[in-house]
Amino acid sequence: MKKIKTALRFMILAILAGVICFPILFAVSGAFMQQWELAENLSPVLASGDGMASWSLLPRAPSLASLVELLLDTPQFFVMFWNSLKLACCIVGGQLLVGVPAAWSLARFRFPGSRAVSMIYLVLMLMPFQVLMFPEYLVLNGMGLLDTHSAVILPAVFSTFPVFIIQRFFAAIPEEILEAARIDGAGELRLFFHIGVPLGASGIVSAGILGFLEAWNMIEQPMTFLKTKSLWPLSLFLPQITVEDAAFGFTAALMMLIPAVLVFLSGQEYLEQGIAAAALKG
Amino acid sequence: MRSCRPSTCTWRNRKRNLAGVLFLLPDFLGVIVFALLPFGVVVLRSFQSAVTGEWTGLKNYAEIFGNTAFRLAVRNTLRFTAVCIPALIILSLFLAVLLQKALPGRNFFKSAFLLPMAVPAASVVLVWKVLFHSNGLLNGVLEGMRMEKVSWMSSGMAFWVLVISYLWKNVGYDMILWLAGLAAIPEQIYEAARVDGAGEWQCFTKITLPNLKPSLYTISVLSFLNSFKVFREAWLVAGDYPHESMYLLQHLYSNWFRELSFDKIAAAAVVNAGVVFLLVLLLKKAWDKQE
Repeated sequence: MKKIKTALRFMILAILAGVICFPILFAVSGAFMQQWELAENLSPVLASGDGMASWSLLPRAPSLASLVELLLDTPQFFVMFWNSLKLACCIVGGQLLVGVPAAWSLARFRFPGSRAVSMIYLVLMLMPFQVLMFPEYLVLNGMGLLDTHSAVILPAVFSTFPVFIIQRFFAAIPEEILEAARIDGAGELRLFFHIGVPLGASGIVSAGILGFLEAWNMIEQPMTFLKTKSLWPLSLFLPQITVEDAAFGFTAALMMLIPAVLVFLSGQEYLEQGIAAAALKG
Repeated sequence: MRSCRPSTCTWRNRKRNLAGVLFLLPDFLGVIVFALLPFGVVVLRSFQSAVTGEWTGLKNYAEIFGNTAFRLAVRNTLRFTAVCIPALIILSLFLAVLLQKALPGRNFFKSAFLLPMAVPAASVVLVWKVLFHSNGLLNGVLEGMRMEKVSWMSSGMAFWVLVISYLWKNVGYDMILWLAGLAAIPEQIYEAARVDGAGEWQCFTKITLPNLKPSLYTISVLSFLNSFKVFREAWLVAGDYPHESMYLLQHLYSNWFRELSFDKIAAAAVVNAGVVFLLVLLLKKAWDKQE
């Protein structure tokens, strides 16, 4: 009886997992098809053909041709790829640089106004971009930063989301450890670097991973603040590729997918901790 | 036990407080410059005319509430939320319950459900286009089953495409939240109930569900807030002017922004911020109750 139940659970989960992963497998398989196979599969979607589009998750003649072409013959792709990477790395680096000390402060200190600041951070973290778009535009315009990478990086660096996540982990460090170190004469900086950072490391990593995925995936911000196409990240460029250019589109999509999936797989455990941190008490 | 004279204690406290403030300062200054101050300016501008800068009182607010595009966007956003949040919550709870106990391949399934969260929307935009095209794969399947073709992107079905995209992207995230909630229920309660002869279903309705109530508040609010991000998928599959059934607030703001209607954006941003603020207060209350 119990075995049957487990088997049933397994089946349901397997079917759902298949449905959920299908679009991803679809995208990946497209990257290994050659232009003729894509054209044949997709001709009904391209204006001319009749009948319906078809697809097989296993390319009939798998080939790295379009991948090679993308990597060797499309310098503009590299520009966008590096733009994406630069934006994501600067954002995550900046977030951790200012966010980790701020999280330490909000988690371990009670000074006048600290509760109010915590509340402000929570509210800002949950504000959608559509609310913050116009305020950010005003500042960036005033600073003359519009249409530069800083326009995307700076507001994101001061996003309060990483502070919120890391704060949860810092707050879980037992006070006795800090008290003992204080009695031994450790100063506040020492406490932060020698106790806080190492013991809160998993929180810092999960904030970094969530931050990277978010920054890599950013669309609204660069769309609003970057006009010059050579500054664009991949996330803005890819949607402009039409189905006619499917071979290029699928390989570019794969190249964009790879860093995100690598980060995801290498840090999944931390990612889960970071998500769950929001579910527990505040 | 430590003991110290009150004067040194306050001195020490002051020094500690100063350290706390200094840790916070670099980040908080940035938050002031990039969010708080400009938002204050936006509040002021929501009462002014965009062209002349004159005070116009509530005129901008009256204008957006009378604006048909705004009402359409609000209606769609609300409808989207009303459909998506319950669907997402139930579906993710279902997954979490299936995954709660030991199972071969448990970690694999968890990764599979979480993976869409990491997949950049831009990477699957072509897939979406091929799936939902009127001669696309889904219609191919429908035709194979001798059913009517559906024009997914240019009819009211566009709304449902958006719903599916949202569920696809977020079900793993909510599943992790539920798993955290499930893990917090002590195993002893179940054991005691089983000893008393309770069945699986009874355990679920009498123990699991009531104990998940605090998580439910949190998850609802977080899901609601994540639902604002669905604009990404909407924009990717349908561009700036999608079918009217998936025209959301972010579309409207982007279009106003392009037309430089700053007075309308300012008023709408203030209204929107107010709604989010109320929700955050609800979330905070839920958290405080949990403690």
